[in-house]
Amino acid sequence: MAMEKEKILEDLNQNFADNIMSVTAPFGDEIILFEKEALLNIVKFLLKEPYAFTMLLDLTCVDYKGKKERFEMVYHLFSLSNKLRLRLKARLSEDALEIDSLTPLFKNANWLEREAYDMFGVQFKGHPYLRRLFMYDGFEGHPLRKDYSLRKQQPRIRLRK
Amino acid sequence: MKGGFITTRLNSMLGWGRKFSLFQYPFITACCGMEYMSVACAHYDLDRFGMGWTRFTPRQADMLLVVGTITHKEAPVLKTVYDQMTEPKWVVAFGSCAVSGGIYDNYAVVQGIDRIIPVDVYIPGCPPRPETILNALIKLQEKIQKEGHEWRWKRKKY
Amino acid sequence: MLLNMGPSHPAMHGTTRIMLELDGEKVVNCELEMGYLHRGFEKICENKSYFNMLIYTDRLNYVSPLINNTGYVMTMEKLLGIDVPERAQYIRVIMCEFSRVCDHLTALAAMCMECGAFTVFLYMMKAREYIWDLMEQTSGARMTTSYIRIGGVRSDFPSNWKATAQKAIEETRKVLKDCHGLISKNKIFLNRTRDVAVVSPETAINYGWTGPCLRSTGVYYDVRKTFPYLVYDQLDFEVPLGERGDNFDRYMVRMLEMEQSLRMVEQCMAKIPKSSSPSQLMAKGMEPAEAIKSSRTKKPEEKIKLSPNLEGTEKDKYPGILSGKGSIIPPKEDTYTTIEGLIRHFKFFMRGHGIRPPKGEVYFSVEGGSGELGFYIVSDGTDKPYRLHLRAPCFHIVSSLEDIIRGHYVADVIPTFGSMNMIGGELDR
Repeated sequence: MAMEKEKILEDLNQNFADNIMSVTAPFGDEIILFEKEALLNIVKFLLKEPYAFTMLLDLTCVDYKGKKERFEMVYHLFSLSNKLRLRLKARLSEDALEIDSLTPLFKNANWLEREAYDMFGVQFKGHPYLRRLFMYDGFEGHPLRKDYSLRKQQPRIRLRK
Repeated sequence: MKGGFITTRLNSMLGWGRKFSLFQYPFITACCGMEYMSVACAHYDLDRFGMGWTRFTPRQADMLLVVGTITHKEAPVLKTVYDQMTEPKWVVAFGSCAVSGGIYDNYAVVQGIDRIIPVDVYIPGCPPRPETILNALIKLQEKIQKEGHEWRWKRKKY
Repeated sequence: MLLNMGPSHPAMHGTTRIMLELDGEKVVNCELEMGYLHRGFEKICENKSYFNMLIYTDRLNYVSPLINNTGYVMTMEKLLGIDVPERAQYIRVIMCEFSRVCDHLTALAAMCMECGAFTVFLYMMKAREYIWDLMEQTSGARMTTSYIRIGGVRSDFPSNWKATAQKAIEETRKVLKDCHGLISKNKIFLNRTRDVAVVSPETAINYGWTGPCLRSTGVYYDVRKTFPYLVYDQLDFEVPLGERGDNFDRYMVRMLEMEQSLRMVEQCMAKIPKSSSPSQLMAKGMEPAEAIKSSRTKKPEEKIKLSPNLEGTEKDKYPGILSGKGSIIPPKEDTYTTIEGLIRHFKFFMRGHGIRPPKGEVYFSVEGGSGELGFYIVSDGTDKPYRLHLRAPCFHIVSSLEDIIRGHYVADVIPTFGSMNMIGGELDR
């Protein structure tokens, strides 16, 4: 049975009214901004039938330097049976940079969260083995933050010139 | 080149032998690998120059073709592979990323492999056309022909 | 015993490192280390303008570069709200489908070569050269073309494109027939790939698989049918599905998809609307120096004798292939002879000016060679993106290798890894 987007948003608003902060739809994509503590509950709610958001398309982070809650986690969920995409966002501040991990629910969250840790420094509670993915051991810093300059190289071996 | 008649003849015979049977080790990382594959295959053939047989281990190769971008994570691996090759050996930097870092000027890319190993021939292009690659390989063959073999080991310093 | 299949992989997939813990020949544990080709694509995006980003998108999935171009450009068009003219949409579909054929040809050629079938590799590379001929005649470069621009495509097809495209299609069909005969019923290949690394549909969905690998498990999801973009809803094509989700199904789905892509190209060739003016080798008209001199007194009405398409007479072609006022370069006749054209050209490329989309964020995805290729762009109103994130399809597929290969033999790692079609530029960004 196909569900409509409006019905899903209504149900979400009913069940998690105090955790959801806003629901917007710019450019045709639905975005739900919520508090980070409710992440696991909301995702488990959406996994069940009839919503069936069974695929985690993407998981990333955006650095808004200068704002109080500096980092924003962005999750894209997809429902194959209803053919609907949904974007979930949660804000994190710099001194409380951790959020629940989605590894018990989705298996590709393992590598996606390692990438977010490597590039931004976000800690995930409950991740089996959180370590760097793209950069090598011994690399200091998190490259995609706005205060890491583009050309700052940290060579691994002694270069000739 | 100084030397008597016999040594020059010997040198040119050794050069002839070495240049027409180069065993290559393609260290392929990125997009230039597609152009390498099409050069090595039937349309633009590398085999007619004697370089058809790709050795998949550095211990049996004498030409290292560094194809594609080298990042800082990969640099120790490249150095190890280069050290594992036995003399005489030549290095060809294939593509803009290997020559000078290419369009990537950032925290993760080595700005040219001549910061790690000495290079003999540079092939520019992003990716270079097959005709450019064949031209460069012929230049490398001319270089090998003209080399003075006795002094080669002393010349390399880094 | 610990075995390291190191970063300099002879199996021509680029650079990943697989560390295996073996018990005899069976794999007990496996760990994959990637990131050896991490070139900092997402960080560069925050420092270059929207127009400059186009060349970096070519080099992501470098076996099908035009599909990456299309994905990025269509995301920008969603953000800016531009409509693309119809001829440009057909040209984009033709180029995307040819790129998809190149992608599958390269993936299967590498996989078969590693299993030992070297002839298949040579045949498929030969077919790829004919397709690259068409790309070179249209856009000037064989592989990294940067041909698809925001608003349309950069230049129109040359006058004899139908003959070149027809030759490419014929040669590819011949090669596919030969390869089917060589491999699809070959006992050795079947022994190596049948019932090896079987993946169930639920596991595949949980891992976030998309594209041919997901369709080989039996799940019907293709971005071209589910969220149709460009003119895919007017074309008639099938989506092949597999049954068991093993290596052989992944191979077979790709072979059948190539046939469907060629069918789509033939339909597009029949349906494409005619161009407003036929392409010529050199337009007849005034010499450029004369035109500049005469434009000082009055606006030039005659055509200027410039080379076609890429740098020359394009004013009457523009309605067919490019549209969108703030985000395209003005035609060269205007740039060389009128002051408004020169100013518009200058302002497009200056730092701080150029394409300035509205503030906001957008996500759009196209069907890439390995699956759903998605772009997530956050813009803050300036001429550079604030954040660009790429949803790479093979990232999710390769992340499942560690679990799939457990319990199989060492020799099974090679065809499994090959059938997943790992492309380093996309995996490591």
